[in-house]
Amino acid sequence: MTGIITIVVLVLAVITALQLMRVFELSSKARKQVEYEVTDRDNNYQGWLMLLFGIAMIVSLFWMLYAWLPLTLPKPASEHGVEIDSLFKISMWVIIAMFLLVQPILFYLAWRYRGAKDRKAAYYEHNNRLEFIWTIVPAIILAVLIIYGMTTWSNVMSPKNEKEPIVVEVYAQQFKWIIRYAGEDNKLGYANVRLIKDANVVGVDTLDLLSADDKVASEIHLPVGRPVLFRFRSQDVIHSAYMPHFRAQMNCVPGMTTQFQFTPSVTTADIRQDANVQAKVARINALRTEKGLESYAYDYLLLCNKVCGSGHFNMQMNIVVESEEEYAKWLAEQKTIAETL
Amino acid sequence: MADHAQEHAHDTAHAEGHDHDEHPVDNFWTKYIFSTDHKMIAKQFLITGMFMGLVGVFMSMLFRLQLAWPGESFPILETFLGKWAPDGVLDPNMYLALVTIHGTIMVFFVLTAGLSGTFSNLLIPLQIGARDMASGFLNMISYWFFAASSVVMLTSLFVETGPASGGWTVYPPLSALPQAMPGSGAGMTLWLVSMTLFVGGSLIGSLNYIVTVINLRTKGMTMTRLPLTIWAFLVTAILGVLSFPVLLSAALLLIFDRSMGTSFYLSDIMVAGELLSNQGGSPILYEHLFWFLGHPEVYIILLPALGITSEVIATNSRKPIFGYRAMIGSILAIAFLSFVVWGHHMFITGMNPFLGSVFTFTTLLIAIPSAVKAFNYITTLWKGNIQFTPAMLFSIALVSTFVAGGLTGIILGDSALDINVHDTYFVVAHFHIVMGLSAIFGMFAGVYHWFPKMYGRMMNKTMGYLHFWISFVTAYGVFFPMHFTGLAGLPRRYYSSAEFPIFDELHDINVIITFFAIGGGIAQVIFIFNFFYSMWRGPKAPQNPWRSNTLEWTAPVEHMHGNWPGAIPEVQRWPYDYSKPGYEEDFVPQNVPIKKGEHAH
Repeated sequence: MTGIITIVVLVLAVITALQLMRVFELSSKARKQVEYEVTDRDNNYQGWLMLLFGIAMIVSLFWMLYAWLPLTLPKPASEHGVEIDSLFKISMWVIIAMFLLVQPILFYLAWRYRGAKDRKAAYYEHNNRLEFIWTIVPAIILAVLIIYGMTTWSNVMSPKNEKEPIVVEVYAQQFKWIIRYAGEDNKLGYANVRLIKDANVVGVDTLDLLSADDKVASEIHLPVGRPVLFRFRSQDVIHSAYMPHFRAQMNCVPGMTTQFQFTPSVTTADIRQDANVQAKVARINALRTEKGLESYAYDYLLLCNKVCGSGHFNMQMNIVVESEEEYAKWLAEQKTIAETL
Repeated sequence: MADHAQEHAHDTAHAEGHDHDEHPVDNFWTKYIFSTDHKMIAKQFLITGMFMGLVGVFMSMLFRLQLAWPGESFPILETFLGKWAPDGVLDPNMYLALVTIHGTIMVFFVLTAGLSGTFSNLLIPLQIGARDMASGFLNMISYWFFAASSVVMLTSLFVETGPASGGWTVYPPLSALPQAMPGSGAGMTLWLVSMTLFVGGSLIGSLNYIVTVINLRTKGMTMTRLPLTIWAFLVTAILGVLSFPVLLSAALLLIFDRSMGTSFYLSDIMVAGELLSNQGGSPILYEHLFWFLGHPEVYIILLPALGITSEVIATNSRKPIFGYRAMIGSILAIAFLSFVVWGHHMFITGMNPFLGSVFTFTTLLIAIPSAVKAFNYITTLWKGNIQFTPAMLFSIALVSTFVAGGLTGIILGDSALDINVHDTYFVVAHFHIVMGLSAIFGMFAGVYHWFPKMYGRMMNKTMGYLHFWISFVTAYGVFFPMHFTGLAGLPRRYYSSAEFPIFDELHDINVIITFFAIGGGIAQVIFIFNFFYSMWRGPKAPQNPWRSNTLEWTAPVEHMHGNWPGAIPEVQRWPYDYSKPGYEEDFVPQNVPIKKGEHAH
């Protein structure tokens, strides 16, 4: 029944539109006006609309910055994250400034030079000096950003360590994460998917002596202020280990090992005290109470950021950053591979 | 048919008159279906592209419902998707399939074939003064490859395990292993077959465009008298010829891995409890091959739109395009750079970090020629006498989106910043604005501007205005807010963000986006109606409705084989003599001789 009604409504809508068109055509014929020709009145209307749009666009940009910037990620919880954020802020200032320069000019000019029958445009083909300026100025700005970006990148990707990093393996499979700590020797034992059997879920080679003290866990705990070297593997398809609060991400690629290193700088307990984070949690909890959902406490997260199948949207793990002592205590409670297999 | 085309080609080379009485009378099949006339083939590309566009946009409206109200029941979903939306709740696999096919259709079928196929075909012979393409027969074949690939792609929507679902980039192993997701079964095979046909058609078409532009220009049409549209189409075709074969090789190796047990992309995999024997391959190889096409592809989409915009903005500002040679230079610079930046899609794939630095450098360089283009468009408006045709409105909108989306490229092209925004909604916002919106606005500008050339009738202006304003406002309304959800860390291709309480407060933004998306999608009905209404009922087009300089407006309104009766006009000047001092009218067509003492460009 609804189907028939929908079809009837659609047919009526088309007929109405056709009739309106007829009326339109006849009336413009009566006025001896050719519909498709752009009149001064059109130019005036459209010119003003362009100007209005330009203004509305700038206003809504500021509104969005005001309303939605607080919803973006809070301050970074890693040492290199601070560097990335400052590069981000500078780049953002540059592009917002360019946006605020170019867009208003575009819409202003569209309005200012809206056509009129009695006007003639200027014949102005080129100006080498102007063109030189707007080639060279962006080039200089970009040179600065490129150099700054490349320095940051190399600092992030090849950090200089004062302390030896803790080695942690992040193992991805559809649709969950498994964590393996390197244990006392801080060296991961050899592992391969071919060795996966029963409880040996990440395929550790039990004959490799390095593997005996490795520990498999279902949550990530990290000590604050110690560099952590993550080594990523995948069992099936490409996943991406995304840790947004630490400004860290690396793909997990089957058949190879990738890595990323960072130093957590704020404990979970401390970040929960941060004013912005508290405001965020309060907003979220207000929404959750409304919907009758359980209340939420802020946690660092590891999530999958490369489409990996139907469960991609719910492939997550908590990350806890804590003091060196708490971390040591937690790690001591985890069983070694030698104990579990 | 091939003989006719060659006849045209020979004649064109000499720019001689042509006797048309020798042609047999066209019947329905030779005129509308197996046509070798470039004008008809252009229309075939356009209609096919528009149909695919409607399918692609409709898909996005369906998955936007899920994103705004995750897990809620919408009867419309069950109507269209059947078992993939039991009780109106979208299945996660179907969500991924919709996202994947939406991307594939919009990127390849609408903005590559639909845009470049339509306007290269229509405008190359008409604007350079040729009777037809170098090979009318190959031109027809190129369309039929495209049509066949469209049919295969649409067929894949109906297979039992669903269409390809691994994202439009179809990275293996996900796309190689049917065990990993249902969409990687028969649907993925059809995707690969479809893309293989597509690449075939695209190559044949591109070679034809290149040969035509190089060989068949009429007398006086030097390279520096070519309209910027033709420059853009030529460079686009060259990009396509150099990069599409690499996509084909990537697809072929993937076909081997899927069907013949090779291990180009597969190594050490256990999926769904099954250990695979494949060893030694690397998915990173696929990513390199894919993006070696994938990045030039962005410019294959964008350059024709920029070319169309150059022409429309100059004509309707009644001013020469500012910095003609700089515009050509920046097209060439963008084209060259587009081949050395693909790695910026792979900063965090495990590629050597040193390469990350190199690709950051080359990527940010592209901003320079892009900035030159944007400033030149803006200066063209300055002191103009702007005629706001619907085409002109869309062109100005293109400049706006090109700037807005291009700027965020400075963030994403920077490897250090990409770490945290890679594959988030920030990326979705960026590429939809800079490439999706800019290209589709360019395509609309082209349709409104050259509709009289295609159908000999005028489109309705008022409906054009309405279509433009709704599209422009809703387009920004959809994609601008996505920057913020991206900066909040929301990954793309998530079926639902409800599993993460931290994303709860983004819900309002997602609802706003969905409202704009549905509004913008429905507004396209206005365009479709205007298009078909005007095709049959629109007022007859005058010879030169926009008072434009280029050669296509000297050809008769009624289409004919060979484009011009009698001799092809000779070109005497560049195409941008608008409002030239010393002339009564504010335009001087390219075939008007230079007056004594007049300064030629």
